[in-house]
Amino acid sequence: MVTKKHILQWLENTANAMEDNRQYLTKLDTAIGDADHGNNMHRGFKKVKEQLPAFKGKDIGAILKAVAMTLISTVGGASGPLYGTMFMHAGNKMAGKEELTPKEMGELLAAGLEGVKMRGKASVGEKTIVDALEPAVEAYNQSLGNGSDFQQAMNRAVAACEKGAEETIPMIAKKGRASYLGERSKGHQDPGATSVSFIIKSLNDACLN
Amino acid sequence: MKKLINHPDNIIREQLEGMQLAHGDLIKVNYEPYYITRKEATPEGKVALVSGGGSGHEPMHGGFVGKGMLDAACPGEVFTSPTPDQMFEAAKAVDSGSGVLNIVKNYTGDVMNFEMAADMAMAEGIKVQNIIVDDDIAVKDSLYTAGRRGVGTTVLIEKICGGAAEDGYDLKKLSDLCKKVNRYGRSMGMALTSCITPANGSPSFEISDDEMEIGIGIHGEPGIERDKLKSVDEITEMMTNSILDDPAYHRVLKEWDAGKNQWVDVEVVDDPFKKGDQVIAFVNSMGGTPVSELYGVYRKMAHVLEKRGIKVVRNLIGPFITSLEMQGCSITLLKADDEILKYWDAPALTPALRKKM
Repeated sequence: MVTKKHILQWLENTANAMEDNRQYLTKLDTAIGDADHGNNMHRGFKKVKEQLPAFKGKDIGAILKAVAMTLISTVGGASGPLYGTMFMHAGNKMAGKEELTPKEMGELLAAGLEGVKMRGKASVGEKTIVDALEPAVEAYNQSLGNGSDFQQAMNRAVAACEKGAEETIPMIAKKGRASYLGERSKGHQDPGATSVSFIIKSLNDACLN
Repeated sequence: MKKLINHPDNIIREQLEGMQLAHGDLIKVNYEPYYITRKEATPEGKVALVSGGGSGHEPMHGGFVGKGMLDAACPGEVFTSPTPDQMFEAAKAVDSGSGVLNIVKNYTGDVMNFEMAADMAMAEGIKVQNIIVDDDIAVKDSLYTAGRRGVGTTVLIEKICGGAAEDGYDLKKLSDLCKKVNRYGRSMGMALTSCITPANGSPSFEISDDEMEIGIGIHGEPGIERDKLKSVDEITEMMTNSILDDPAYHRVLKEWDAGKNQWVDVEVVDDPFKKGDQVIAFVNSMGGTPVSELYGVYRKMAHVLEKRGIKVVRNLIGPFITSLEMQGCSITLLKADDEILKYWDAPALTPALRKKM
């Protein structure tokens, strides 16, 4: 079972990951974007981390929705609406829940992915968050469907997410600011695909405890 | 990095405080969240004109808040779109009941954040339309990219639609004018140097002392080509001809369909310039280029336009949509009809642009 404690730990881990990787994400964004992704994600999750004590009385759905509102109002750029919508849709799906079964975790992830795709209109292969998140969600749910336990499925999701992020390197960007580079966007890992891989890895790390 | 700042985290607030102290006779700054409105409330019956975007392009947009132009502007972090809560609160502050027109530059983040803000405002019963500005001809393709970026035409739209809003245009009529000005306006920019965002402290892109980037965006997005530095005449001739020779541009833009009660995709096509067109010519500094050099650009541009049979009927010269301290310039040409000229000439009183009040 994934409990509220795990969810709060997930958010704290994510905030720490964004702080540790602030310069790395910004460096990736300098190559093909506008050099602010690390700063924006750090600003947003730093605010989330500050609010964690106030989340303790909320159910999981309400926590995720509160995270969404914080990201929407602090991150800015394209990442704010995209990650905001991801947490919003995940939160709506998990409304009222105090703990999650492995199957419900799969629904949470799928709802988040659906939110990102709805807001950004991106599909796999366009060098975006979707290139890392979609393989992660699929790997998790397939793994669970094949009889794996929660931890095995999470490990598969992390591996698929990180692989998906790496696989954006040779892609030509078709969405967002990187798309203006055309061919020149090849050879660089997508910052959004990278930051979502930190989010999924943070979830796994939280649930290991 | 050498900048006149205290701490990078505080610059937006401190610079807004400066604007409030300097222009308190015209504007009012709200700090939680950040937005700038006119000092006086929107008159009843007048559509409120709102824009916003990342900071670092000053005087746009905050400098254009005031009579005859914007009712509110929402500044984001440097080069980062503002967030929906800013535009939502600004809409609530300036709506007089006649609706809000959001002027949105075509960047992925800006479009998404303004769309979420419009959804929030409409949920509160405010009539809203978002019109996207995409005039940067350096981007050729709208199918495999996020489409043309919103650049110089934005300044002209804020003046022209601001004038029409004062004159009593309703939301539908004002939106149509806004879309027309966007279709009629085309821009191209170039850079001699990069710029440094305060949060990063290092240049947004690298460019050698003997190079220039043609077709640059206002955040240092790459353009058409990186070339050896040329003379102002050669650069200006190439930019002006590129604008005049740009073929019809097809793209799909999102807007709110009040009848269907949903966001719809609308195909938009703008026609190329042709001999005999009258234009408003706007020569803009990216921030680091002195006005004197802009006149060097204007000189050659005027010669090229004359040769091509295009008549300049109005002009604007100076730093109005900048990219921090970047050296470089942009040229915007806007085909001008009677309606556009009427509202270009209308009175305006804002911190950065004034016309015969």
